[in-house]
Amino acid sequence: MTEQRASGDEPLVLGIETSCDETGIGIVRGRTLLADAVASSVDEHARFGGVVPEVASRAHLEAIVPTMRRALADAGVALSDVDAIAVTAGPGLAGALLVGVAAAKGYALAAEKPIYGVNHLAAHVAVDTLEHGALPEPAIALLVSGGHSSLLLIEDLARGVTPLGSTIDDAAGEAFDKVARLLGLPFPGGPPVDRAARSGDSSAIPFPRGLTAARDLAAHRYDFSFSGLKTAVARWVEARQRAGEPVPVDDVAASFQEAVCDVLTAKAVDACRAHGVGTLVIGGGVAANSRIRSLAEERCARHGIVLRVPRPKLCTDNGAMVAALGSHLVAAGVTPSRLDLPADSAMPLTTVNV
Amino acid sequence: MFWFRPSEFWFRPGERGLGVWRGLGGGVLIVVVDSATPAITAALASVSDAGIEMLAEAVTVDGRAHGELLAPAIASVLAEGGAGPRDLDAVVAGLGPGPFTGLRVGLVTAAALADTLNIPAYGVCTLDALGWAAGPGRILVATDARRKEIYWAVYEDGVRLTEPAVGKPADLLPPNGVGPLSDDASRSAKGAGSFRDGAGSFGDGAGSPSGGAGSFGGGAGVVPGDAGVVPGGAGVVPGGAGLLPGGVRAAVGDGALRYADVLGLPVLDEPRYPPASGFAALAADRVRTGMPTEPLTPLYLRRPDAVLPGARKPALR
Ligand SMILES: [Zn+2]
Repeated sequence: MTEQRASGDEPLVLGIETSCDETGIGIVRGRTLLADAVASSVDEHARFGGVVPEVASRAHLEAIVPTMRRALADAGVALSDVDAIAVTAGPGLAGALLVGVAAAKGYALAAEKPIYGVNHLAAHVAVDTLEHGALPEPAIALLVSGGHSSLLLIEDLARGVTPLGSTIDDAAGEAFDKVARLLGLPFPGGPPVDRAARSGDSSAIPFPRGLTAARDLAAHRYDFSFSGLKTAVARWVEARQRAGEPVPVDDVAASFQEAVCDVLTAKAVDACRAHGVGTLVIGGGVAANSRIRSLAEERCARHGIVLRVPRPKLCTDNGAMVAALGSHLVAAGVTPSRLDLPADSAMPLTTVNV
Repeated sequence: MFWFRPSEFWFRPGERGLGVWRGLGGGVLIVVVDSATPAITAALASVSDAGIEMLAEAVTVDGRAHGELLAPAIASVLAEGGAGPRDLDAVVAGLGPGPFTGLRVGLVTAAALADTLNIPAYGVCTLDALGWAAGPGRILVATDARRKEIYWAVYEDGVRLTEPAVGKPADLLPPNGVGPLSDDASRSAKGAGSFRDGAGSFGDGAGSPSGGAGSFGGGAGVVPGDAGVVPGGAGVVPGGAGLLPGGVRAAVGDGALRYADVLGLPVLDEPRYPPASGFAALAADRVRTGMPTEPLTPLYLRRPDAVLPGARKPALR
């Protein structure tokens, strides 16, 4: 048990997140969440069926100052009280990242605060510390969203993470969006598919589980593939339509969701067991899915693995996760970034801060 | 090129003693930022009733490094001018038009500075800063809009006549396909090159050496006399949409230089990029009178590239 420092001694850190379509600004003191202000441009993207980078970037520029003011008001602090500003420097949409990075630099420069350019994926892991306390290391992290699907080995979150595998085609969240569109459900597809699946039969249609065959496991033990699944769902739905039969939306949603969650959790648990790791953290927007939570719970319990999944609001992109990682870096004595830090849309997983 | 080098900071110490400026107590301290062209520009200036003094400037020409270099450039001009962020009284930002990603860097930086320091932000059209420095007469200001297009507007004695626009250089030409370029015009353009030695160039300082930096157009060089005469159409070029008003004697800006052959106008060598002194001059009255802060709304001029999804392609062949 580590000694809990008095809250006044813990770093007050502000985090800025703009890697995709959410403008998020969060404030934490140590591992205590004080504010989590998010402005989303998701409605502006809905009619395009996916995030349009330039639309997202324009929305970030408009949202950043109001979101900052809201976060500071919610936390009841002034920028001058803050010990450090953390910002997502990558990976993500290049133009969108740059709005947040430039804003963070402007705020850091004006308020004369240190700045930390951090990795978005590491922040998805760090956010769990706001809900469940310090992360036992080593841990395995499964990060699943519309932009990423990765399995990571976390030995020291402040120094770097080891990527074990990732999707070789679509991200899990992307598959949800595409299947939702196929079924006439709105964008983003995660929540409506989850809702439809609740009244469906998840064993109704045996959709394929990507990269789980013995021959695939040799080279892709911890990798994912959702492109074939998406095509299988499309073929199944079209065959029904062609035959003039109604499409059982609930059953398709449940069977598709089961295929995704089955592969994700099976590989995550496999990674824990292979590395002798007793903790699994799941983060990213898809972690808000009800089935991935229940299936992971079931499988982790069976193998004595402690499962940690933050509440849905913390799983989706937000500034609190960036602040949480920033706070972790400050506490670990990591050197701040330079003011010329770049945004890196392809920032590797091995980089936690730049 | 004589006053900029790619990926390199360019510092210029303040030139105290010009005009009647009386030190930091005598004026209002502003920071200028513009990132709407490849020239990443930051400057510290003092604005008083007597004029404007440019205290420090940092210009780096790098079309892909706005996000990295603007904030350090601001830090450097503050240090150069012996000021801290809390000494600032206003922020002046170039609103574009310019390539979106770079443009947003300057605007969000300026907005963050103003928000943190609780000081007003004022916007200036980036083309106006070039137009202000372009000298007398009727001048086309054109910056590079990528995709073989330019951002442009026409100025008369430094004052904008047309709305900022984006389009193909050829669209400015008359529809009859006759361009204004002639050998005489080319020679005149070379003559206009002496502009670089004039007051508007960075080498001589952003203000006029004679101390009249605050006056409109005062920082602009004087283009030799007959350069203002645009000879009649000798060069035959492809027909355009005739968007350019008549009587334009020359063009200025990196877009004009790049498409000089298409535009068929004499092109001034300098200023190639909008000078910080132009932004300061164009916002000076608002700074002096303490006008309320303005929303820094970017002049995008183009809609986002976004395609509505068409009918779904069947998975079955
Ligand atoms: Zn994310």
